[in-house]
Amino acid sequence: MTPGLQEYVLDGEEGTALSGALAPAFSVVEDRGTPAVRRLTWLDTFDWRLYRAGLVLAHEQAGRAGRLLLTAADGTPLAEQPAPAAQPRRPSLNLPAGPVWDRIAALVSPRALLPIARAVSTVSVTRLLNADGKMVARLLTDTARVTDTARVTGDTCEVDLPVRLAVAEVRGYPGQARRAARLIAEAPGVSAATQSAFAAALQALHRRPGDYSGAVDAEITAEMPAPVAVATLLLRLLDTLEQNTDGVLRDIDTEFLHDLRVSVRRTRSAIKLLGDVLPGDLADQYAAEFKWLGDLTTPTRDLDVYLLGFDSMAASLLAAKPADLEPFRAFLVRRRAREFRRLAVAIRSPRFRTVTEHWRKALVEVRDARRPRSPRNRPPTAADLAIGRTERAYRRIITQGRAIDQDSAPESLHDLRKRGKELRYMLEFFAPLHDPVAYRKVISDLKQLQDVLGEFQDSEVQREEIHALADAILAERAAPAATLLAMGELAAHLAVSQAEARADFSRRFSSFAGPASLQRFNTLLGVGRGERGDR
Amino acid sequence: MKVYATYNIKGGVGKTTAAVNLAHLSAADGDRTLLWDLDPQGAASFLFRIKPRVKGGGQALIRGTKALDDAIKGTDFDSLDLLPADFTYRNMDLLLGKKGTRADPTHRIAHLLRPLAAEYDTVFLDCPPSISLVSENVLHATDILVVPLIPTILSVRTLDQLTDFVAGINGHRPQVRAFFSMVDRRKRLHREITADLWAARPDVAQTAIPALSLIERMSTERAPVTAFAPRSQAAVAFRSLWSELRSLAAR
Repeated sequence: MTPGLQEYVLDGEEGTALSGALAPAFSVVEDRGTPAVRRLTWLDTFDWRLYRAGLVLAHEQAGRAGRLLLTAADGTPLAEQPAPAAQPRRPSLNLPAGPVWDRIAALVSPRALLPIARAVSTVSVTRLLNADGKMVARLLTDTARVTDTARVTGDTCEVDLPVRLAVAEVRGYPGQARRAARLIAEAPGVSAATQSAFAAALQALHRRPGDYSGAVDAEITAEMPAPVAVATLLLRLLDTLEQNTDGVLRDIDTEFLHDLRVSVRRTRSAIKLLGDVLPGDLADQYAAEFKWLGDLTTPTRDLDVYLLGFDSMAASLLAAKPADLEPFRAFLVRRRAREFRRLAVAIRSPRFRTVTEHWRKALVEVRDARRPRSPRNRPPTAADLAIGRTERAYRRIITQGRAIDQDSAPESLHDLRKRGKELRYMLEFFAPLHDPVAYRKVISDLKQLQDVLGEFQDSEVQREEIHALADAILAERAAPAATLLAMGELAAHLAVSQAEARADFSRRFSSFAGPASLQRFNTLLGVGRGERGDR
Repeated sequence: MKVYATYNIKGGVGKTTAAVNLAHLSAADGDRTLLWDLDPQGAASFLFRIKPRVKGGGQALIRGTKALDDAIKGTDFDSLDLLPADFTYRNMDLLLGKKGTRADPTHRIAHLLRPLAAEYDTVFLDCPPSISLVSENVLHATDILVVPLIPTILSVRTLDQLTDFVAGINGHRPQVRAFFSMVDRRKRLHREITADLWAARPDVAQTAIPALSLIERMSTERAPVTAFAPRSQAAVAFRSLWSELRSLAAR
């Protein structure tokens, strides 16, 4: 259908009634041409970046021609560009250069564009003629069948969409088009379309747009017993981990592994900081398993980070040429392939399956267990736990940060970063219990500090990694001297970044530990207003 | 944007028939095409079943109080629009000559067409028969002047007059391409004149449009012959002529 036209939906077999409805004003003639058949594939990233930005991207194939259409959620056209008629077999990490890609590249990268749903749409045209036999409007009838392309598993199912109708204006006859639209709207069995074809397709396929997000978003409430809240939270993290597993194994884009790794890291922090409220030694039992899982992902993710930032790293070279680094890139790609194979073997292993299955079973038991009714035996609530543990995490970061001075070893800053991550996770885990405005302010304060600590540690780790990789390259004779020199220059850049971050630390920490930031933190937890619960 | 005009000093030689069919072929090729029916008789408008009426008349268009854009009507064919005739076009010479509009009186049509370049690839002007200020405007606005000729001695004389007239105008001059129209191969005179002129004049197209009753049926079908009888001899001839004109325009 042409974007921007008011569309209607035919509720049943009302084709004849429709001609009757139009008859008082128009002669109705079926177009002699063959109905246009279009194959539409709607695309988005796994985490719905386009949908969240209010955009709809479709690949349209009509005959031998293909094009990409970008529209706003209400169907307003924004950009289009030609594209190959056939869709690539593998999800693409980028589109061919053009106006559509220019608009969305920054938004979607580095995620792949996956087919969300496909439709074969047949549009037939009915000409509406005036008394002179002149066509003054067109009635477009779109019969579409949609196919779900389960984004990761590749399973499919097909559903017919309700027939959609639209009146297309013929230039110079706007009044006639309005009149035709009015008659159609009043015809029996016709109603105004309340959603776009894309939304209708998703609904028909029982797909909920935005059904994946890397955010914690656990459904916990303030009054929930603490063990239930923690089990609910850990189950949510396990969901995220499992939602990403297939994408990791198919190596669709780097962010599947990133999200899987983050959910493992969050799980480990939750076990460490909140695990004591779970029954028995459940937390201890799984701490080691999740460490194993986290360690598994590290080599591939580290190499992904290098490769994702490779071009900007190469562009920062002054003495060496970006091309000098190409053998280094090739080396990283080979290494990454090797590490990925190891990771995939581990994810497919019985150990991985056992860990996730047993962990889920144990958490579900905790979540669904009966609780004592007597107030004396009642466990603390989620709100109690949130306030107590978040405050503890905050105190630890303040104490450790204040102990750092000019002479402190780099490890003390690395440790502080870990404390910062723990505080961040505490805040995120219990986000539904906090006032959103106060929450955003505290997160922003913490982010300022974490950014500088991240820069400090990442620069050091990457610099050391470059040294190790240079040794490996040398041992394998995998690159010429120019590459090693360029790598040396990268290491020097990283050393400068680390030194700058170190110099900036005191200022950032003073700001984080200062009275304004403390006030915002106290506001978040309700401290000083008698809102604190029993911890 | 390429501008073609079907023009002849004489009437009844097939200007409108050519304009309607060539414009339809241009649109069928995928070019966004506009046909401006400049003839107050409104034959082209009639053939597309469009009322020969412009709100405010020719005066509003020439004075610019109504944008050309607003008067354009879609035809029944994809990519083909029509700017209808209006009976006030009979006074077009007076309107063009009136003071109060910015452009030079001989360049007003060219001036009016300029903003349409973003919207159309091809424009056809179907002109009324005469030599007048309208003709002069059309010559200034046109890239290719398409001149239908009936194979008679008088017609040949008219072509000479026309080429002299074009050669005499100052500034932009269109390329002239005449073609034989309403040719009856059974008539010796037609055969002789076409052969002579093809031999003598390179500005006469090799395609001749035959005199066929099917072409006359356009007025009852109210559609281009290239649309209602696309495989007919007439349609084939118009396609061949269009192909020659396109090659000329591409040079």
